[in-house]
Amino acid sequence: MDFRDTPEEAAFRAQVRAWLEANAQPKKSDEDRFDKGMNDAERIVAARAWQKKKAAAGYAAITWPKEAGGMGGTPMQQVIYGQEEARFLVPRMIFENSLGQCLPTVATWAIPELKARHVPRGLSGDEIWCQLFSEPAAGSDTGGIRTRAEKQGDAWVINGQKVWTSGAQFCDYGILLARSDWDKPKQDGLTMFILDMKAPGVEVRPIHQISDEYEFNEVFLTDVRIPDSHRLGPECGGWKVMLSTLMHERLSVGGSLPTHLHRSLIDLAQKAHWNGRPAIEDSRVKARIADAYLSQKGVELTISRGITALSKGREPGPEMSILKLVAGKGIQDITSFALEMAGAEGTLGHRDLGGEWEFIQRLWLSAPGIRLAGGSDEIMKNIIAERVLGLPGEIRTDRKVPFRDLER
Amino acid sequence: MNFDFSDDQRLLQAEVGKMLAETSTSAAVRQVLGGQAAYSESVWRNLIDMGAAAAAIPEAYGGAGLGYLELCLVAEEAGCHLAAVPLSSSFYLAAEAILHGGSEAQKQHWLPRIAAGEVIATAALGGHETYLATPALSFDGKSVSGKVSAVPDGLVAGMAVLKAGDDLLLVDLAAPSVSRKALSSLDPTRPYAELSFANTPAEKLTGGKSGAAVAARVLNGAAVLLAFEQVGGAARILEISRDYALERKAFGRQIGSFQALKHKMAEIYTANELARVHAYYGAWALSSDAPELALAAGAARVAATTAFNRAAEEGIEIHGGIGFTWEMDCHLYYRRARYLAQLIGSEHAWRAQLADELVREAA
Repeated sequence: MDFRDTPEEAAFRAQVRAWLEANAQPKKSDEDRFDKGMNDAERIVAARAWQKKKAAAGYAAITWPKEAGGMGGTPMQQVIYGQEEARFLVPRMIFENSLGQCLPTVATWAIPELKARHVPRGLSGDEIWCQLFSEPAAGSDTGGIRTRAEKQGDAWVINGQKVWTSGAQFCDYGILLARSDWDKPKQDGLTMFILDMKAPGVEVRPIHQISDEYEFNEVFLTDVRIPDSHRLGPECGGWKVMLSTLMHERLSVGGSLPTHLHRSLIDLAQKAHWNGRPAIEDSRVKARIADAYLSQKGVELTISRGITALSKGREPGPEMSILKLVAGKGIQDITSFALEMAGAEGTLGHRDLGGEWEFIQRLWLSAPGIRLAGGSDEIMKNIIAERVLGLPGEIRTDRKVPFRDLER
Repeated sequence: MNFDFSDDQRLLQAEVGKMLAETSTSAAVRQVLGGQAAYSESVWRNLIDMGAAAAAIPEAYGGAGLGYLELCLVAEEAGCHLAAVPLSSSFYLAAEAILHGGSEAQKQHWLPRIAAGEVIATAALGGHETYLATPALSFDGKSVSGKVSAVPDGLVAGMAVLKAGDDLLLVDLAAPSVSRKALSSLDPTRPYAELSFANTPAEKLTGGKSGAAVAARVLNGAAVLLAFEQVGGAARILEISRDYALERKAFGRQIGSFQALKHKMAEIYTANELARVHAYYGAWALSSDAPELALAAGAARVAATTAFNRAAEEGIEIHGGIGFTWEMDCHLYYRRARYLAQLIGSEHAWRAQLADELVREAA
């Protein structure tokens, strides 16, 4: 048991650090963000430029094989790059869906001409991709989607609505799951496509979220034509394609509990006063700080277990499935307690309360979304119960029924 | 990065687990529960003979000379199989106190005997939480007088490390001036005794460190080792409950198919795995003598205590009425979880230690 790098890991880390130091600014504090004060257009320009730089240096797709434009590196190297990059002021997240889900799916299922066109352009930041699966009536139950794909000659005509599409307002392309056969059971009648987000009939409406951000979008599709050559995988084989997409997501989701939250709590508890004394002197406050550390460090250590498995050439085990549960609720508990410490003043916005609260308040507002994105807490508990503990699956009444006949 | 145990360490764990599955059976544990034995002698003998119990004692003192990581995995198996043996008294507490606080002569005298199982050892290192107003032990430089209550395995121990004022004392319990009284325990598989001393010969631990420093180090180490027992117990009672939920039917279905129970078990699993990673981190800190030991031990102690108590409480709930009966093993885990939760100080005291360490670290 040893938290230090192996000699090979240390060499790669040094190489990455040297490159980052030559190409980016280090963060001044844990909470420093590169895009403070930027508008959306400026953020996208900066993100594309950074992605191009990374691609040129080979860091855009570390674990992809060289022939696909990647570095041919190990998952451990990907992790090390991520750890090092986190200490620099660089754009994050915008290419997550492109690289994590969409391009691997295109690389696996598209016809050769489209692979050759899209994969390099996606890697180098010239194209940004989104994933269009969820619908207003199909969130956790992805098999329930109703966006209609009708074949007309060599093309498909798409009508319907998608929702919760991250970053769609900035995207050039997306992978779209639609229902091509209403007479088959729900999961058997779906087909996956490449959607040109600039095609006629595609309308993107950003969703105003409780965090006052517009990360997600509704996407309305009206008589959108997609050439049959832009189909991914077989007709009515969309479910299998979607599962292969989600496989790529495994390590990227969930580990999003900042590792310094307990220090922010301590800092605030030293400044907040309870009956004239610093709140930090109250044993109940200390107990909550300890609990915050337990979930936050627990997530970090669980990731370390996963990384260890990867570095030994194994798949991370079922322990990883607890990550999203602990991280989501952990963020909500820790940040709501931070607000509580300052009483009525704790619910003032950070513009009036103080800049040190911005990070806590932003996390508190995004916590409900973290608990829902990528599978709600309840879905995660079902996954743990069924796949880890081997308990029976939920009772399903829709398995063999034609989708047309399902109650809606 | 290598946040895992080695294949050799896992092999030792598997061997110990196999032995315990065969010998620390429900029937063997119940012998102690029912008062027919003070501990499971055959289990104890096997742990000694395999070198498993003395994993962390150097070979120079008659131990197996493996290390703390190995002892942690032994502890996990002991917890899983509810081993009714004086492992924590002899090896997590007394031997550790001698190893860290004793002079060379004291180590040479006691450690080989403890490692070989010739002597069962115990310790009363003092704590912040008391209820019975027992007067402090008095030590005049040569002998100790007074009483200590709630000494684990006190009836069978041949020696004890005791806290008297700022000193840690070594006492040979074979002395005629020692008297013992059996005390009842909420976990009768882990019995207590009251020890009384009347001018009983005693010597200070004279390894050079202060009694407080030695006690703190020993308690932090014990917190990590006990966390492994707790993690082992928590995982096992969840497994037993899961198996029962698959077997038992109600309303025409396996009860394990009800989402209320599925989610309950998912939550237990999540708490158990969090406790496990904190225990692993504590094992790393203990085995590498890292400055993070106090922090990591506090975290392991709190996470594992809450996890085992929850798993044991909810395990009975999942079983329903049958889980509340004497014949099922649920209550053995319920009792052991409570015993381990308080043996070296409550969850609350350890949560306070953890918080203080975090505040210190942030300063």
